[in-house]
Amino acid sequence: MDIQLKRGLLDVCVLAAIKNEDSYGYKIIKDLKPYIELSESTLYTILKRLESANMLTVWSAEHGGRLRKYYRITDIGRKRIEEFKIEWKEIVSIYNFVAKEDVSDDKN
Amino acid sequence: MTKIEFLDALDQKLSGLAENEIEERLLFYSEMIEDRMEEGLTEEEAVAAIGDIDEISKGIMAESAQVRPEPDPKPEAKQKRKLAGWEIALLILGIPVWVPLISAAFVVGISLFVSVWSIIISIWACFAALAVVCPSLLALGVVQIVKAGTITGIALIGASLISAGLTVFAFYGCLALSKTTIKLTVWICMRIKGLFTKKEVA
Repeated sequence: MDIQLKRGLLDVCVLAAIKNEDSYGYKIIKDLKPYIELSESTLYTILKRLESANMLTVWSAEHGGRLRKYYRITDIGRKRIEEFKIEWKEIVSIYNFVAKEDVSDDKN
Repeated sequence: MTKIEFLDALDQKLSGLAENEIEERLLFYSEMIEDRMEEGLTEEEAVAAIGDIDEISKGIMAESAQVRPEPDPKPEAKQKRKLAGWEIALLILGIPVWVPLISAAFVVGISLFVSVWSIIISIWACFAALAVVCPSLLALGVVQIVKAGTITGIALIGASLISAGLTVFAFYGCLALSKTTIKLTVWICMRIKGLFTKKEVA
């Protein structure tokens, strides 16, 4: 998959994973597993990118005698998800166009 | 592999990165391992689930090489702008305050350095004295025994043997002390140098 496209997709996936409630690294990986396989280092990079884009904030809480980092989506992050939904519709219409071309090519 | 071993190994592999970045990444992995252990995996299994260290570190290094060039120019530009304002005036006005302070700190540092080294030199001098005393006592003892056959001669030879033993101990002690101090001096110099280079970059 195109790197830029994949990066954008992964960003939105992680945002979606923290959309309804704050989450932590391992839970995000687990929640996304049925849809997309994410390595720890990839997730780290995505979280950093989203944090510097102010799409999420980080807070720490004690858990089982250690500190665990939790990630909370911001309004900018939510806006990104909404934008993605609109963008995706455009992508689908482009896809339909591309796929139709394929069919007509076959006929010729 | 245990969690500590994994984090240590990763720490080594990431040594080219900034310290706080390494620390943050290690914390991230540590949390991942602990969360897996909490779920019922053994420590070994949890570490194995993270993946191969070489691949992880290669990925991280490649990533940071891509990311690095972007954020760097911004802080530099910021710093230049910052210094162009009222801060220069303040720096100049503050000369009577900060110049003596810095010179005093510098002199204190130098005198500390000199005094530490003079202690080491005096300990080396003790070693040298012992080394010289040892054969002299031996010779004196032999002379005493041959000339007078007294018990003083035997005592002198005994003293010579004791100083020989002390000389050997003192040599290793002095060597270790000097090596440690040299290492410490180099470390302090590097830290001071680091302080300035960091200031230039940030």
